[in-house]
Amino acid sequence: MPAYYLEALTITLGLILLMAETFVPTKSKAWVGIAAAISLGVILVLTTLAIGPDAKPDATWAKWPLWNFYQFDSLARFYKIFALVTTIFVVLLSVDYRKILARFTDHPGSENGTGEFYALPIFACAGMMFLSSAKDLAGAFVALELVTVTFYILVAYMRRNVGSLEAGVKYLILGALSTGFLVYGIAWVYGSTGTMNLTNLQSSISNLQSLFSLLFGIALVMVGLGFKIGAVPMQVWIPDVYQGAPTPTTAFLSVGSKAAGFILMIRFLEPFLASELTRGPVIKLLIILSIATLLFGNLAAIPQTNFKRLLAYSSIAHAGFLLLALAAGASETAGSLSSVQVVSFYLATYLIMTLGVFFVLSQVRIQRDGENITDFNGLGKTNPLLALALTILLAALAGVPLTAGFIGKFFVFSLAVEAHLWAGVGVAFIAAAAGFYYYLGVVRAMWWAEPGDRAAVTLPLISKVCVALLTIATLVFGIWPQPILSLLR
Amino acid sequence: MLAILVFFPIIAFIAILLGAPARLTTISVAAANLVLGIYAAFSWQCTCWSLSLPVLEKPALNLAFGFPDGMSAIMVLLTVIVTLAAVLSGKAPEGKDKLYFGSSLLISAGALGAFAATDLFFFYAFHELALIPTFLMIGMLGRGDRKETAWKITIYLGLGSIILLAGLVWLANLTGTYDIADMIAAKDKVDPASQISIAALLLVGFGTLVSLFPFHSWAAPAYASAPAPVAMLHAGVLKKFGLYGLLRIAIPLVPDGLQTWLTPLLVLLLGNILWVGFVTISQKRLDTMLGNSSVMHMGYIFLAIAALIAFPGNPLAQPAAVLLMFAHGVSIALLFGLADRIERNTGTLDLQDLGGLAKSAPKLAFIFGIAAMASIGLPGLANFSGEVLVFLSAFKGYNGTASLGPVQIACILSIWGVVISAVYMLRAYRNIFQGPAVKSTESAADLTLVDRIPAVLLVLALFAVGLYPNILLNLLK
Repeated sequence: MPAYYLEALTITLGLILLMAETFVPTKSKAWVGIAAAISLGVILVLTTLAIGPDAKPDATWAKWPLWNFYQFDSLARFYKIFALVTTIFVVLLSVDYRKILARFTDHPGSENGTGEFYALPIFACAGMMFLSSAKDLAGAFVALELVTVTFYILVAYMRRNVGSLEAGVKYLILGALSTGFLVYGIAWVYGSTGTMNLTNLQSSISNLQSLFSLLFGIALVMVGLGFKIGAVPMQVWIPDVYQGAPTPTTAFLSVGSKAAGFILMIRFLEPFLASELTRGPVIKLLIILSIATLLFGNLAAIPQTNFKRLLAYSSIAHAGFLLLALAAGASETAGSLSSVQVVSFYLATYLIMTLGVFFVLSQVRIQRDGENITDFNGLGKTNPLLALALTILLAALAGVPLTAGFIGKFFVFSLAVEAHLWAGVGVAFIAAAAGFYYYLGVVRAMWWAEPGDRAAVTLPLISKVCVALLTIATLVFGIWPQPILSLLR
Repeated sequence: MLAILVFFPIIAFIAILLGAPARLTTISVAAANLVLGIYAAFSWQCTCWSLSLPVLEKPALNLAFGFPDGMSAIMVLLTVIVTLAAVLSGKAPEGKDKLYFGSSLLISAGALGAFAATDLFFFYAFHELALIPTFLMIGMLGRGDRKETAWKITIYLGLGSIILLAGLVWLANLTGTYDIADMIAAKDKVDPASQISIAALLLVGFGTLVSLFPFHSWAAPAYASAPAPVAMLHAGVLKKFGLYGLLRIAIPLVPDGLQTWLTPLLVLLLGNILWVGFVTISQKRLDTMLGNSSVMHMGYIFLAIAALIAFPGNPLAQPAAVLLMFAHGVSIALLFGLADRIERNTGTLDLQDLGGLAKSAPKLAFIFGIAAMASIGLPGLANFSGEVLVFLSAFKGYNGTASLGPVQIACILSIWGVVISAVYMLRAYRNIFQGPAVKSTESAADLTLVDRIPAVLLVLALFAVGLYPNILLNLLK
C-alpha cells in the first residue's frame, strides 16, 4: 500500500465524521469520538503495511511526481504512528471531557455543539502525518498550516468561555506572526539556494559565495518553528493558551503540535547539519535556543500554582531538552544513538507521560471544578490508586529512574556529554533539578495535604483504562525501552 | 539468581496492592529473603548468582545482577537482616498497612538492587527507586513537622542524586561502557583533568546521600520524623549506598582526582565527627539524638575512605569501611526500632519526660543498653571491630620518623568522637532508664516475645561480628 493512502484515509475519515455528525440526529455525540478513535486505530494498523516507492519501483504510483515532495522512511512511519496515537488519545480524552465542552458551547445540557470537536483533531492529525513525510518546504508549509488552522478552531472552541476565547485570539495572532517568520525564512532560503527541495539543498549550499542570506533564512525558519515547539523566543503564548484552551486541545498542543514542529525541524536541518559550511552556525544557534529554553521553562515553572500552567512551562522545559539533543548533532554510531533517534524517543516518552497526566487533570477539572495544584490536595487519601498513577507519571516527567522519562533524559545527557556541550549539560542538570522540585510539588499536594471536604474523583471507564495503560507503559519503557527504539531503525 | 532476591519484594508489593494481606506477605517475603540472602552472601564466589538481561542495544545496558566482590555480598546481607527486623518491629497506623508495608518492601528492593547491580545504570536507578517510597512515607506517616521534613529530604536527596548522575554519566562516557567491571578495566581513559571534576561531583553527590557535613541537615529531622521501618531501613541500609558507591566507583576510577580533594574531605569528615557530635550532645529528644548520631558516625567511614585515598592499596581501609558500614547499619536500626518501641510504650521521646523505665521495662532497658554500648564502640560488639580497623588503617603506610600526615591528624582528632558518643549515649540511657520512675514510665509495658524477635536478631548480628569479625572479613578476601 503506498504510504500516502494513510493521509488520504485520514482526511476522508474526518470528512465522513463531520457529515455523519451533522446528519445523524442523536442526543449524545460521544459516538463520534468513539468512531473516530476506532477508525484511527485501523489506520494505525495500516501504517505497518505502508511502503514507499523504493519498495516497489515498478508500480505506476511509484513514478508519480508526488514523491518529489513526499518521502517515506522509518522516521516518517514513526511520526505517522506518533500522530495517530496522540490523536486517538486526544479524541478519547475529549469524549470524557464533553460535559465541560457542552457547558461552554451550546446551551448547557445539550451536546449539539460538541460534535466537531471529535472530527477536527483528525484533520490536524492528517497534517502532522504529511509533515513527517515532508521533503519540500512548500509542501511542508501547507501541511503545517493545516495543523495550525485546525488548532485555531480547537483552542477557541468553548465559545462561551472567556478564557478559551482569549487563548484563541492570542494563539491566532502569535501563530500568524510565526507563520510570517516561517514563510519569510523559507523565501530567504529559496532565494539563496534556488531550491525548496530538502534533498537538493545540500548540494546547492556548496556553490554559495556568501552564507549570510542563507543563515538569515535558517534563523527565521527556526524562529517560526520555535513557535510550534514552544522554544524561546516564541514561547510567550504557551502558558496563556494552554491554560485557556479546552484540556484535550491543550494535551494535543503540547504533544502533537510539538512533535509536528520537531519532525519538520529535523527534516529542515538535516541538509544544513550535513554540510560542513552551515553545521557550525546551526549548532551554535541550537545551543543558544536550548539553553534559553531550558532556563526559561524550568525557572518559570517553579512558582506556578495552576497545574495546567505548570504543564505549559514543563512543555517549554522539555522542548529545551529536545533542542539540546538536536544541538549535539550526533549521527548514529555503533555504540550510540543519533540525535534524531534520541529526539524521537524522548517525544514518544513525553507523549505517554503527558497524555496520562492530562487524563487525570481533565477529570479533576470536571469533578473538583478547578485546575490549581491545591485541587489535587489529598488525592492520595481519596483515590490512592489514581494518586499512585499520577505520582508515577509526574516522577517520569521529572526524570526519576526506572521510568520512561529518565531514559529520555539520560539519552540527552549522554549525547550532550559526548558532544562536549558543557554549557548545555550544566544548564540541563540545573533544569532537571528544578523539574524535580516543581513536579514533586504536585506529588506533595496529593499525598501530604489534607483533602478537606473534597470528594473522591471517580474516573469514567475510558479515562480509567487510558490512565492505567499510559502509567504501565511509562514503567515498562522505563526498564525496557527497546521496542520504541526498534521502530526508529 | 540474585534477581530473585531483588524482584521478590517488588512482586510482593504488587500483590499487596492487589489485595494480599499486607503484614503477613511482607514478613514472609522478608524472612524468605533473609534465608536466601544469607545463603547468597556466604557463597558469593559462585557464578550462579550472576544474571544479565540485555535491555538496550545502544548504549549497551544490561539488567545485570551479581556479586563483583565480597563487599556487595556483605551489603546484601545487611539489607536482608535489617529488612526483616524493620518490618517485624513496625506497627502500621490504622488502615495504612498497605502503604506502610508496601513502601518498606520497595525500599528494601531498591537497596538490594543497588547493591547487587553490576551495571551503572541500574546501580543508580534502584537507589532512586528506594528514595521515592522513603519520601512518601515520611510525608504521609511521619511524626511532628512531617511535611516540612519530607520536602527537605526530597530536595536534598534529589539534588544530590542529580549531581551524582552528572558524574556517573561523565564517567560512563569517558570509559564508553555502563558495565561497572568494564569501566574499571578501562580506567586509563579517564584523563587527569576530568578526574578532578568527576571526583568533586561524586564526592558531593554520594556525600549528600550519606549526609557528609555540610550536606547533612536533612538527616536528623528526617529520621526523627520517619516511621520506624523507614528510619531503620534508610539510616541502616540505604544511606550506605553513598559509601558503597564511593568504594565501588569513585576509588577505582578516579583515584588521582580524589587525591586532590583529600584535605577538604578530611575537614568535612571532622565536621561530621566533632561538629555534629557536639550537636548530638545538645539534643533533647531521643529520636533527633539518634538521627544526629547516625550522621556523626558516617565520619568514621569517611575516614577509612580517606585513608584509602591517601594510601592507594591500603589493605586495611576497605575492610574497615565495610565492617563499620555493616556494624553501624545493624546498631542504628536496632536503636531506631527500640526508640519507636519506647515512644509507643510511654508516649514520649523527650528525654526530660522519661526516667526510671528500667523498672517497668527491664528487657527493653537491657537490649537498649547493648545497642547503646555497640554504638559507643564497646569491645565485643561489631562497631568496635570496625572502628579499631578504621583507626589502624589511617596509620597504615605512616612512617614513624616523619611528622604526622593530614590523615593521621584527622584520625587522632576523630578518636575524640568516641568520647562524644559515650557522653550522649550514656546520658540518654541514664535519662530514660535510670532514676525514679515518672508518670510516663510508671506503668509502661515491656517488650513482648514478638517484639524481642527483631531485636534479638540484630543483637545476634552485632555480637557475631563483634566477637568474630572474620565472619565478614573472610568474605572480603
